[in-house]
Amino acid sequence: MHLLVCGGTGCRASESSLIGESLKRELEEKGLGNEVQVIMTGCFGFCEKGPVVKVMPDNTFYVQVKPEDAAVIVAEHVIKGRPVQRLLYVDPKTKEHISDSKHMGFYRKQIRIALRNCGFINPENIDEYIARDGYAALGKCISELTSADVIDIMKRSGLRGRGGAGFPAGLKWEIASKNKADQKYVVCNADEGDPGAFMDRSVLEGDPHSVLEAMAICGYAIGASKGLIYIRAEYPLAIQRLKIAIGQAREYGLLGNNIFGSDFSFDIDLRYGAGAFVCGEETALIHSMEGMRGEPTNKPPFPAESGFLGKPTNVNNVETFASVPVIITKGWEWFSSIGTEKSKGTKVFALAGKINNVGLIEVPMGTTLREIIFEIGGGIKNGKKFKAVQTGGPSGGCLTEEHLDTPIDFDNLVAVGSMMGSGGMIVMDEDDCMVSIAKFFLEFTVEESCGKCAPCRIGNKRLHELLTHITKGNGTLADLDRLKNMCNVIKDTSLCGLGQTSPNPVLSTMNNFWDEYVSHVTDKRCPAGSCRDLMRYTIEVDKCVGCTACARGCPVNAITGERKGPHFIDQEKCIKCGACFEKCKFGAVLIN
Amino acid sequence: MSSIKIELRQEDLDKIHEICDSFDNEPLELINVLHRTQEHFGYLPAEVQEAIAAKLNISTAQVYGVVTFYSFFTMTPKGKHPISICMGTACYVRGAEKVLDEFKKELAIQVGQTTADGKFSLSSLRCVGACGLAPVVLVGEKTYGRVAPDDVKAILKEYE
Repeated sequence: MHLLVCGGTGCRASESSLIGESLKRELEEKGLGNEVQVIMTGCFGFCEKGPVVKVMPDNTFYVQVKPEDAAVIVAEHVIKGRPVQRLLYVDPKTKEHISDSKHMGFYRKQIRIALRNCGFINPENIDEYIARDGYAALGKCISELTSADVIDIMKRSGLRGRGGAGFPAGLKWEIASKNKADQKYVVCNADEGDPGAFMDRSVLEGDPHSVLEAMAICGYAIGASKGLIYIRAEYPLAIQRLKIAIGQAREYGLLGNNIFGSDFSFDIDLRYGAGAFVCGEETALIHSMEGMRGEPTNKPPFPAESGFLGKPTNVNNVETFASVPVIITKGWEWFSSIGTEKSKGTKVFALAGKINNVGLIEVPMGTTLREIIFEIGGGIKNGKKFKAVQTGGPSGGCLTEEHLDTPIDFDNLVAVGSMMGSGGMIVMDEDDCMVSIAKFFLEFTVEESCGKCAPCRIGNKRLHELLTHITKGNGTLADLDRLKNMCNVIKDTSLCGLGQTSPNPVLSTMNNFWDEYVSHVTDKRCPAGSCRDLMRYTIEVDKCVGCTACARGCPVNAITGERKGPHFIDQEKCIKCGACFEKCKFGAVLIN
Repeated sequence: MSSIKIELRQEDLDKIHEICDSFDNEPLELINVLHRTQEHFGYLPAEVQEAIAAKLNISTAQVYGVVTFYSFFTMTPKGKHPISICMGTACYVRGAEKVLDEFKKELAIQVGQTTADGKFSLSSLRCVGACGLAPVVLVGEKTYGRVAPDDVKAILKEYE
C-alpha cells in the first residue's frame, strides 16, 4: 500500500509536508512503517480541494486533508480498510461521496499526457520514473532509430510548441539538425512568466525526468551533446528536484558519455533566470543565458542557425518536451489521433479566477471552453454569472459567452482575437471590469518591457496612461479611438513577441466589451462596479437610522446629518474610500 | 546608483572574490555570480557591483545594466520579514489589489520599500503557482492563502 501526498506548490502552501510527516509518524507508531510507504508526489491538479492525499492501490482520493487527519486515515483506512467518508470529495450536484478521482467531474474529461506522471510517482526517485516506462523512449531512439527517424516521428505527430506561438516542434528540430556545427545546444525554456500559469513548474516538480529524457532525445535527433535548462530562480523546489534528477540520471548512465553503450553523449546543466517576462522569447532567453540583459534581437538569424554562443540551438518549453517521450513509445499515430486537425495532442491549462474548481487540467485540443469551465471547472464561484475568460496571459485576450462553444486549439483562439499562450485560463464574473483587466495586463507589460524598442517601451506606457485616465472617469470617446490606433501601431512595429502581442488584452476587451468602455467615458460609470473613482456612494433615507457610525468613520467629514435623523454624503468631498459602506450596519449606504 | 553608501569590509571583498573565482571569473556567468552574491548579502548595493565588475573585468555599467534589468535582483535591503503579495492574474481577480492596499496603509510604505525599523519590506510578485489559494501573500517562507483585507492586521501581528 502507498499513501501519495501532493507535494505541489499549492498543497505545500497548505502544509502538505506536515501531513506527510504525520502519516509517517502514525504508521511508525502502529508498526507499519516498513509496509506502507508515504510518498510526496508532484501536483495532482485539483488545487481547489488541496491538500490531496491518495491511497493506492485502491485509488481513494482524499481532499482538503489536515495534518490532524493522519491518525484517522491510518487507523480507519490503512488498518481497517474503511475509507474515511468525511474526507472524500462530495459531488456538488448529486451530493454523493466519490472516492475514485476518475468519476469526478474535474477529472472525467481529462487526458493526461504531459502530466502523465504528476501525482503518481515520487519525483525524487528515478526508479519510479523508469517503472512507468521512463527512459524507454531514449533507449528506443538510440538503439533502433536514426536521428532522421526521430525527427520524422516528431513531424508526423503534429506536436506544436506549447510555449505560446505553437511552432511545429518536429520542423524546429529538423532545421537545427541540418545546420552543421562542432557544437549544438538543446535548451529547455522553463522561464514560465505568464502570471497565472504554473504548468511548467508542476511538470518540473512532479516529473523532472520526462524533461531530461526528452532533451536527450532532442540532442540525439539534432546532433547536440549539451543541454541547458533555463529556469526561474523563483522556483526553488523545481530547481532542487531537477538537480536531484540530473544527478540520478548521470549515476544511471542515462546522461553523460556513451549513453546505453552507444557513441551518443549528452549532458544537462541548469541556468537561472532572474525574473524577466521577456526572457520567454527565445533570443532574449539566449542572451540572458550568456550573462547579459535579456533583450531580444531580430530574427533571422533564428537560434537554430545561431543561438547560444553563436551555435545552432533548439529551444522548446517544458510542456513540449514532457510530451516527447510518450510520442516515441506510443507512436505518432496515437498522438496525432488526439486533438483537432491542426493542433494535435493535449494542452495543459491553469484554470483559475472566479471558478469553483481551480487547478491544473490537461484536455485534448478541441475541447470547448464550456466543457472546461462548466464541467471540469464546476462553474462560476458563488453562483455568479460568467462574464469572460482570459487566455494567453498578457499576450492573449478575453473571450465571452459567444465563444464558449469554440473548440480550443492554436488557430481557433487566434481567430477569435486571443491566443493559446502558455495556457493560463482566468475566469471572470460579472463583478470584473474589463477596462480594469486590460489596465492590469498593461501594467504588467509596462513593467516587463525590456525597453529596447520604442513602440513597446513608450507605446505600452501611453496605453496604460490612457486606460488609467478612463478608469478614473476622465476619458472621452476620442480617447477610445486613440487607444485603438495606438494598439495597432504597437502590434505592427514592435521588435519581438512581447510588444507585438501586448495590445491584445486591450483590443479584445474593446471588441467584446465595447459598451463597457463607452459607459466609462460617456456616463462616467463602471458597469461592473469595480472602478473606485467612478463609484458614487449615497445613503438611502428610509434605511438610515441616524446612528452616526458612517459620519464618524468618514476620513474627510463628507457626511452630515443629525443624530437619529437621516444622513447625507457630500459628493464634492467624498473620496470614495468606502469606509461608510463598511461601517453601516443597516445596509443604508448604496454604491452605484 | 543607490543613495546608500556602504563601505565594504575586507571579508566582504574576499567573499565576492571567492564567488567570482568559483565561476572562473567568467563574464558569461554574471547572472549566477549575482544570484550567489545576493544570497550572501541580501541585496546588491552599488559598491558590491563595482567589486564584481572589477573582478570579472567588465564595466560596472554592464553589471548595473543586468542588476536593474531583472526583477529578482534588488539594490535595497529587504526587511527582516519580507512581505510579497501575489499579483498574478488569478490573485488579482480575487482581490489581491485591495490586500496590497491594506498592507501599504498598515505599514505606511510603498511597494519596493522597507519600513524605517527594517522589520518589513513590501513587494509584489507574479504568480507563486498556488492559484487555488488566491489571493496569496508570502511573509518570508510562509504562505497565507485566501487573504482578505481584514486579515492583514492579524498577519502583521504574528511578527511583532
